Amino acid sequence: MTPRPDGPAPLGLLAELTHRCPLACPYCSNPLALDPRRSELDTATWSRVLVEGAALGVLQVHLSGGEPLARRDLEAIVAQCARTGLYSNLITSGIGLSDVRMAALAEAGLDHVQLSIQDVEPQSADHIAGYPGALARKRDAAARVVACGLPLTVNAVIHRANVARAGAMVDLAIALGARRVEIAHAQYYGWAAVNRDALMPSRAEAEHAIAEIERLKAVHAGTIVIDHVAPDFHARYPKACMGGWAKKTLNVTPSGKVLPCHAAESLPGLAFPNVEEASLDEIWWESPAFQSYRGVDWMHEPCRSCARKTVDFGGCRCQAFALTGDARNADPVCVLSPHHEVAAAVSANVVSRAARTDYVFRDYAAGQRAGAQIG
Amino acid sequence: MDLPPDCKPHLPRGVRLRHDETRGQWTLLAPERVLQLDPVAAEVLKRCTGEASLTAIVDDLAATFAADRARIDADVRAMLAGLVEKKVLAL
Repeated sequence: MTPRPDGPAPLGLLAELTHRCPLACPYCSNPLALDPRRSELDTATWSRVLVEGAALGVLQVHLSGGEPLARRDLEAIVAQCARTGLYSNLITSGIGLSDVRMAALAEAGLDHVQLSIQDVEPQSADHIAGYPGALARKRDAAARVVACGLPLTVNAVIHRANVARAGAMVDLAIALGARRVEIAHAQYYGWAAVNRDALMPSRAEAEHAIAEIERLKAVHAGTIVIDHVAPDFHARYPKACMGGWAKKTLNVTPSGKVLPCHAAESLPGLAFPNVEEASLDEIWWESPAFQSYRGVDWMHEPCRSCARKTVDFGGCRCQAFALTGDARNADPVCVLSPHHEVAAAVSANVVSRAARTDYVFRDYAAGQRAGAQIG
Repeated sequence: MDLPPDCKPHLPRGVRLRHDETRGQWTLLAPERVLQLDPVAAEVLKRCTGEASLTAIVDDLAATFAADRARIDADVRAMLAGLVEKKVLAL
């Protein structure tokens, strides 16, 4: 099909196959209200969604969760990606990636594996993951990926408990045989927002880590590709969240809701369609939720007259709503925002707090309790 | 990076050259990355199969497009070195 005149088709589809996960990371990108197993889409529906995605213009599918290996039909879903010409990327904790399943996934046509690492020190890594022995299992998983010839990316989310070892994460990724490493400072939505006091590093800690990673990019050029997501709370201008609302990617949740980003359900007044009710094509081009913050017409000042409006699209809608109460406002991380003091206060308060690590760990029951408190 | 003339550039596992029907262009699909290729880059990468040497690829392009060989050699080397650095091409 040809692109419609009113905007670009999506390149990527994040397929959240399940919210079940053996780990309990306190910064998980899933919503607090986790989808139960009984609500998950079946294999046939995912197969149809992948065909619809490819027809819409999607080139890459990111198979995520929760832990996608919790689904017994993961191999069938990977095979459907291969049949449809979609590039498949498995985003995994590595728990459950046995020799047998690794071989079956490679045979089904899997293109790439992204493995999360919580820390380089086992005790800290296992505490953050809420899973004893997690780091050792991840080392085994990395070895299996490399042994079968698939490219490996290591993903490390950076926060107060591991910020001092951001550079060591790069060294570990090289030792594990990764071709790429993502060093991503935590983004404070959902679970990470609940745990923000325990997770957010001080400005000095964050800046030290940023400088070290930028230095390592040059040191390791040609050995490993380092993708660096700097923390937005300490920046001058906001991130170009998702590369613009409903512009490059879409998410399908375990129960089939279609979202422009994984935090979008935190915004009020938007009805997100389900793949059981409409095709991805109709949802992408026609649903009010996908139209709502697309382009620049929805913007308030100072974004509306700002030269950066097509650079960062006013930052993140979810952060703008969470901190100012109006999703049309500039992301208050921006120094030009009239609400900037709200974001500045959040990052300035960090230093005065003790180094707390008493997380609310991510699980179904904790999500219900935290959701009830916020609601 | 200086590429040896007898190297045989090829796409490593996890990197695929694909024509994107929706947008009417060739793309290189790689880990967490989509590189949208101009027609010249696509012609170069179609020849990076691991069979042909760099010398043979440049000869073929110079003949096919009736262009100056020295110029093509320099352009192809610069392009391929950049892709090797990004870990999306192997030698």
